[in-house]
Amino acid sequence: MNQRVIALDSLLNTGVTKRKGCAASGCGGAADGPDDMAPEVWAKVRDHPCYSEGAHHYFARMHVAVAPACNIQCHYCNRKYDCANESRPGVVSERLTPEQAARKVLAVAAAVPQLSVLGVAGPGDALHDFTRTFETFTLVARTLPDLKLCLSTNGLALPDHVAAITALNIDHVTITINVVDPEVGTRIYPWIFFRNRRWTGLEASRILLERQMEGLERLVAAGVLVKVNSVMIPGVNDEHLKAVNAAVKQRGAFLHNIMPLISDPAHGTHFGLSGQRGPTPAELKELQDALAGGASLMRHCRQCRADAVGLLGEDRGQEFRLDQLSATTQTADPAPRLEYRAMVAEARADRRRAAKAAAVRLAPLADVLPRRVAVCTKGGGRINQHFGHAREFQVYEVDRTGVRFIGHRRADNYCGGGFGQDENLEAIIAALAGIDTVLAAKIGACPRSRLAEAGIAVIQTYAHEYIETSLSALFASGLAPQALAS
Amino acid sequence: MAYQILASLCTACGACEFECPNKAIRIKNDIYFVKPEKCTECVGHFDTPQCVAICPIEGACIQA
Ligand code: SF4
Ligand code: SF4
Ligand code: SF4
Repeated sequence: MNQRVIALDSLLNTGVTKRKGCAASGCGGAADGPDDMAPEVWAKVRDHPCYSEGAHHYFARMHVAVAPACNIQCHYCNRKYDCANESRPGVVSERLTPEQAARKVLAVAAAVPQLSVLGVAGPGDALHDFTRTFETFTLVARTLPDLKLCLSTNGLALPDHVAAITALNIDHVTITINVVDPEVGTRIYPWIFFRNRRWTGLEASRILLERQMEGLERLVAAGVLVKVNSVMIPGVNDEHLKAVNAAVKQRGAFLHNIMPLISDPAHGTHFGLSGQRGPTPAELKELQDALAGGASLMRHCRQCRADAVGLLGEDRGQEFRLDQLSATTQTADPAPRLEYRAMVAEARADRRRAAKAAAVRLAPLADVLPRRVAVCTKGGGRINQHFGHAREFQVYEVDRTGVRFIGHRRADNYCGGGFGQDENLEAIIAALAGIDTVLAAKIGACPRSRLAEAGIAVIQTYAHEYIETSLSALFASGLAPQALAS
Repeated sequence: MAYQILASLCTACGACEFECPNKAIRIKNDIYFVKPEKCTECVGHFDTPQCVAICPIEGACIQA
């Protein structure tokens, strides 16, 4: 068991050594939470990769695709193909019965001690054919009571199931709310199916909105943490999302996650075919900045799929396909996961100390413009990833007031293919627009000089250091990126 | 009379199976179909055939 945790440590390459004298569940109480969060909320979110920005460095979630049916139609979805907007694979991807899903969860839990969350997020709506969703959760809660459960819904059926959600101890629910004005809704929802008939037009949007708000209010009243997802659709609801943010914040939503519409004619969706475009990264950032005072915005969402397995930004789903699970019964032993969580609690306290030290170092510095830096990390809050293995960059801003995570930029793993590497490097350079410094554990000489030509310095000096420590040192040095890189 | 599902259009989402009041919709080898002897076209249950009303694909559920 110890061996497993140590193996995991080297996998994450956090450099955290396991210390003696810490009982598996004894440490990591609420005391390791952020200063501005209530302890009972921290207890719910600290191990949840999607709800706490820190947790996505350490913990893994998995989604099981047990809910292919849906009770509404959205213009950004046609259900056939994998949909990037709703954590949703297409219905033609692997679908599971509740029993198969429970078996898969057991297999993943036995292999991945980082696993802390099981979610049902589609491919359709988790609450339309609710029997499959609840049966899956019931089976899993029986064998793996230490996992947190969560689900995503469009909200239409939500008020009917609040009691079942609380009875099953599902403490996180995501509702996709794109509008708070039914008029705007008519441009996104062509129809809904409600009370045994199809509704269209304004009426459809009005009913959906009422149900979403009722569901949100009742979940909040029941102590369930609610995240609201919104798809940002330029020219349709982009400005309107400010009103959405205010409305869901007022009703107690814990997080608001704004996702860019991903629109492609090849997906065959209404928006894809009608040429509706998605927002640019700059438009998305501008809206997120304008909403910074609303329901806490989530900037680390990776729009992961409904059958995703792994840390955010990583999908190991293919390793756990049904046909690859052995028929032998898997162990449900929670010890590796509990031990892992204790280790993480310690690692996080350590990182928080490093962040505090970084803040102390920054405070006396001159009040100059913030510096924006991209980092390559595999998790653990450290700069521990090879540039060529990075599939995404985390972007931070640093100035004398501190180090802030502001988002991530996707880039395809250019080391992977063996062909088209040059094009891929160009794509990475484009993805890094506006950023002149990247911190990585390592980078090859070739890509490094190509990036330098493009005005981007990749620095290896801070390999395996904490992000906060590195960024404060970088900022304190006051040196231009090119000077640091040489 | 009964309804039927055009397998060439169906996405196999199963929404109709969940809504059918007569359990007339079945799946075999990943293909959904209506058992004609069980389908009442929803008469006596609802004003509209439930499979048509819930189906996301225009024309996948049609009168046989
Ligand atoms: S709620 Fe989700 S599954 Fe249903 S139509 Fe909309 S995007 Fe598709
Ligand atoms: S018409 Fe009604 S009874 Fe017939 S298959 Fe469709 S839902 Fe079932
Ligand atoms: S609702 Fe339509 S697409 Fe879904 S299974 Fe039934 S016939 Fe097929």
